[in-house]
Amino acid sequence: MEPTAVSTLRWIPLLPLLGAVVNGFFGAAIQRRAGKGAVAALAVAPIAGAFAFALLAFVQLLGLPPEGRVLLDVVWRWIAVGSLQVNVAFLADPLSCTLLLVITGIGGLIHLYSAAYMREDDAYWRYFAYLNLFTFAMLVLVLADNLLLMFVGWEGVGFCSWALIGFWWREPVNTTAGNKAFIVNRIGDCGFVLGIFAIFWTVDTVVVRDIQAHLTLLDGRMVWGMPVVGLATLLFFVGATGKSAQIPLHVWLPDAMQGPTPVSALIHAATMVTAGVYMIARLHFLYALAPGTLAVVAGVGAATAILAATIGLVQDDIKRVLAYSTVSQLGVMFVAMGVGAWSAGVFHLVTHAFFKACLFLGAGSVIHALHHEQDMRKMGGLRTQLPVTFWTFLIATLALAGAPLTAGFFSKDEILWQAWSSPHGSPLLWGVGVAGAGLTACYMFRQIFLVFFGESRVDPHVAAHVHESPAAMTVPLVILAAGSLLVGFLGVPEAFGGANRFAAWLAPVFATGHAEGHHAVHAANLEWTLTAISVAVATMGAFLAFLVYQRRAVSADAIAAIGGGAPYRLLLHKYFLDEVYWATFGRGVLLLASIGGWIDRRVIDGIVDGSATLTRGIARLEGRFDAVVVDGLVNALAKATGALGGRLRRVQTGNINTYLYVVVGTVTLVLIARLF
Amino acid sequence: MPGVPLQHFLVVGLLLFVLGLYTVLTRRNAIGILMGIELLLNAANINYVAFARYSGAPTDGQIFAIFVIMLAAAEAAVGLAIVLGIYQNFASIDVDAAHALRH
Repeated sequence: MEPTAVSTLRWIPLLPLLGAVVNGFFGAAIQRRAGKGAVAALAVAPIAGAFAFALLAFVQLLGLPPEGRVLLDVVWRWIAVGSLQVNVAFLADPLSCTLLLVITGIGGLIHLYSAAYMREDDAYWRYFAYLNLFTFAMLVLVLADNLLLMFVGWEGVGFCSWALIGFWWREPVNTTAGNKAFIVNRIGDCGFVLGIFAIFWTVDTVVVRDIQAHLTLLDGRMVWGMPVVGLATLLFFVGATGKSAQIPLHVWLPDAMQGPTPVSALIHAATMVTAGVYMIARLHFLYALAPGTLAVVAGVGAATAILAATIGLVQDDIKRVLAYSTVSQLGVMFVAMGVGAWSAGVFHLVTHAFFKACLFLGAGSVIHALHHEQDMRKMGGLRTQLPVTFWTFLIATLALAGAPLTAGFFSKDEILWQAWSSPHGSPLLWGVGVAGAGLTACYMFRQIFLVFFGESRVDPHVAAHVHESPAAMTVPLVILAAGSLLVGFLGVPEAFGGANRFAAWLAPVFATGHAEGHHAVHAANLEWTLTAISVAVATMGAFLAFLVYQRRAVSADAIAAIGGGAPYRLLLHKYFLDEVYWATFGRGVLLLASIGGWIDRRVIDGIVDGSATLTRGIARLEGRFDAVVVDGLVNALAKATGALGGRLRRVQTGNINTYLYVVVGTVTLVLIARLF
Repeated sequence: MPGVPLQHFLVVGLLLFVLGLYTVLTRRNAIGILMGIELLLNAANINYVAFARYSGAPTDGQIFAIFVIMLAAAEAAVGLAIVLGIYQNFASIDVDAAHALRH
């Protein structure tokens, strides 16, 4: 069915852009004249407006028949060169509308939270300008009806991520982290761009709907001995690994925690890092044609899920634990994508956005209360002092760990079930997912026990001032915690007696890439068993954390010393990947740079200096020629003229008689000449 | 006087011209030079009148001679005025005194 034309979608990205422009250009003056409250209001209001428009789009979509649920807003023709016809056009279907609600809804809560969290910062306006700009770029990414516009948003969020990671730029470590994120992302973006080229080369369009309509053009097209569709999807996946922090490009996300905590919640947990998952879901019809790529996606996702979870076990920084948890959960989403469980992956994206944003904001609340202390070894016993933070953090942790009936339980269970039963899945993938779930429960409860239980290890100077955060921070926490509990009920799988409304809502989008329709018959008994196993493993993980960090039945140091401490050091140094990258790419680039420098100094400079010397020599010769030949000629002429004049002026004697003699003599001579 | 041939008149004119020329060339006195010029002009007049007498159109030469006399009068007036100017400037009428344009 043809999309329904509307003109309201453009306001969804436009409002945050307006907010960013106002705060970006006039924010400093507004903050000086009208105070920080005005700046915050100018930043939160556009997001609230965008949320309202997203709700409007949602209602409009609900009013349409399921197979026609597509809204299209063509704003203007952007590029028209030959067969490349690209519009700035925004498209809302159930998939993008879901993301819209997440971005504007959770994003709005995080904006509100930031208003209080960043209160002490002088560059308040700059922070909100970037945050609004980020929201704009993310909304463009999600709403784009073609790959080029999507790439604009894709780059936009990358830029804002860079700007916000390095927001406190006076600390070199922050700017370095921002640069690292930007550069690693650039590697992924390269893949994304090449993927767009490959698609345009074969299908002759970059509009997603047109690609889907002309999939037959891809049949049998080969390049370098592999199908174009396989190559293109792999390249897109390279882009996704960069943006969504998958192995091997995951190294930037933990460092990105140098940014302000609400930024980590919005960009590095809830929205931007899920862009890769969204992109694969958006292009699912291509991935459905490329089973090889799907296997790669699932493999990378599973490896990331388990490796990041193991690193998360040993981190001491409260935000870094959450960062590795995010990497791990993104891995789980990619497993879902890799087994063709599109709607399950998107469902996990949504639930994850709720509980991970809640966890980050909770961590931010703890950090705020402890005056920017992030080391969990200097926390403990905060349960009574920060009750709201504690309870919301606990709920979100339960959701992340997959406790029954929470949001994370339903979404993770759906993914694990698909990983087992899908034609692209396997028990191995399921096993890795379950192990990841156990590790997740373990490190999250380790964090709970270290931060909120036990006796306080807080610096005594700080301890006296510990207080619960203001309402602007706790209200978003409570809403997100409530979401972490309730959102899961949108997608209760059939096996548990639910209708899975979420999958039904997304079904029109994923109708074509029917990888998950093949096993429509949920084997209820098997699913119950698998769920029970995964819950049991997660409980064991949590119990282990309880034994080690609460009961102290087993010493953490003793566990660290297993195998001579080698496994512990391996995890502590994040599998030495940063070191490996530094030794290979970092040093490689430096080597290239020094070679380039040598060539510059010796060859290029030599050529330049040589030509300069040559020019000087020629100039000297020319100077000689000028001084001797040209000047000599001119001077000689002047001298000759002067001498002639000196001679001639004697003729003018002033003596009339002389003149008369000359006259007479001349006349006489003329007469004589006439006569003869 | 039909007995007097043309050559006599021409010789007289020539003598008169040579005398005038000699005067002009040798005098340093400005007045003397002017007088020499008068002789030259009158020598030319004699020639005019003589040729007129012996040619078929007697009036043409005579008219020319009258013009020359009139011109000589005007020339004498201007010349004497210049001599007066020289005298006022140099307190002399020696033409060699007026050599200010020489350098």
